[in-house]
Amino acid sequence: MALVAKSPWVIHYDGSSCNGCDIEVLAALCPGYDAERFGVINTGNPKHADIFLVTGSVNERNISVVKEIYDQMLEPKVVVACGICACSGGIFHDCYNVIGGVDKAIPVDVYCPGCAVRPESIIDAVVQGVAVLEEKAKAMKEARKGGE
Amino acid sequence: MSKRTVVPFGPQHPVLPEPLHLDLVVEDEKVIDCIPQIGFVHRGLEKLVETRDYNQFIYVVERICGICAFGHSMGYAETVEKLMDVKVPDRAEALRTIWHELSRVHSHILWLGLAADAFGFESLFMHCWRLRERVLDLFEKTTGGRVIFSVVKVGGVARDIDDATLREFITVLDGIMGDYKQIMNTFLKDSSIQNRTKGVGYVSKEDAIDLGMVGPFGRASGVTYDVRTLGNGGYGLLEGFEPIVGTGGDCYERCVVRCKEVLQSIDIIKEMISKIPAGEIAVAVKGAPADGAEACHVVEQPRGECYYYSRGNGTKNLERMRIRTPTSYNLGGMTKALQGCDLADVNNIILTIDPCISCTER
Repeated sequence: MALVAKSPWVIHYDGSSCNGCDIEVLAALCPGYDAERFGVINTGNPKHADIFLVTGSVNERNISVVKEIYDQMLEPKVVVACGICACSGGIFHDCYNVIGGVDKAIPVDVYCPGCAVRPESIIDAVVQGVAVLEEKAKAMKEARKGGE
Repeated sequence: MSKRTVVPFGPQHPVLPEPLHLDLVVEDEKVIDCIPQIGFVHRGLEKLVETRDYNQFIYVVERICGICAFGHSMGYAETVEKLMDVKVPDRAEALRTIWHELSRVHSHILWLGLAADAFGFESLFMHCWRLRERVLDLFEKTTGGRVIFSVVKVGGVARDIDDATLREFITVLDGIMGDYKQIMNTFLKDSSIQNRTKGVGYVSKEDAIDLGMVGPFGRASGVTYDVRTLGNGGYGLLEGFEPIVGTGGDCYERCVVRCKEVLQSIDIIKEMISKIPAGEIAVAVKGAPADGAEACHVVEQPRGECYYYSRGNGTKNLERMRIRTPTSYNLGGMTKALQGCDLADVNNIILTIDPCISCTER
């Protein structure tokens, strides 16, 4: 963690989750697990966020919302699929209105399975996400230098 | 007359943990009408009953909603037991009641936190969620899960709780009481909270009955209806209690009702622990529901009455499973409460009905 120079801000969207993962995402940010001590702050504005925490699978109705939030986020950005529904559809994978995991809509960087996902795994996934974020930032910087 | 505008609210909104879209028709800053649009969380899980047998389906039902997970698995199990004429041992019913009331404590404290967040009192939100962790520890100790427990099965429960752990329940619940009283005191006495909640989102008793409002939302408007008082399942073993009813019908009254319900649930848990019967925790269930057999059942979830219907077809798979959840009863009331309010109060009012969208849309 000593390498993490910046505070990763997260935005959370509930795809078609059962709430179990959503309340665990919030629990991870609240006292008890307290991800805020690593500088992780929950924001409601996609433009402020670095990490996109998606819970639940995508369906016909919310796939456009998930894409819209992802498009509004500024580069570099990381997507964490929280919970098995967001990873693959989970127990609901054969429901008629479930398309599948979040990776059917947007590219996912870190998969964080569990039903419901435990707050410890969410913090772990966010820490992994920070590493991906730094790699992406580095690649962007080099691309800029190469263009000059 | 000023011009009418439509303000879209959600599905992604900082105050909403869940996606709900509202089209708010506003005139200046006053909300004239509100049109809810749902379907963001629809999975179609009732259809899965055709491909899962009745024992497997309990794990699907439990995942209708992560907050009232225990209530759903209990309601479904009781419906199937009715369908197949199974008598559950008394100890299993008592254990179900204890877990169900503990779920209500966790759900109401969670709601108190979200409500505090909705009117901008973030430290109170954090305090509520810190307290809730103590309740979740009890769940984790007795079932292994924090939000999804998988502890109910058709015919009883899968795990027993020994006497030492039951005594620990009482110690923990007594232990959180000091902190809880302080939080409750802030909710009910603090002037900044009263300014945000008193007189906001009023629904009269007549409207509440007309719109079929249930749960704490209905009870805050004076509807004296609580399914637990019918004495279904383990509630028949209790002395009997009065539902907590308020008369104010506004956001403040909804806080009062839920704050008091936490205390009531803690009393129920203690009473149940003091008189828990000894014996088996499950009976073996064999065979399948008869062709054409039907059963319905109601359970008081943290958010209100939840209705279950099921029909058998002679095989292990049920023919039909239908669940009507408390938030679908309450959406009409929410629309009513929003009419005439200020735009800035919208998030506050939506939160005080304690919406559970994943229950509603399934």
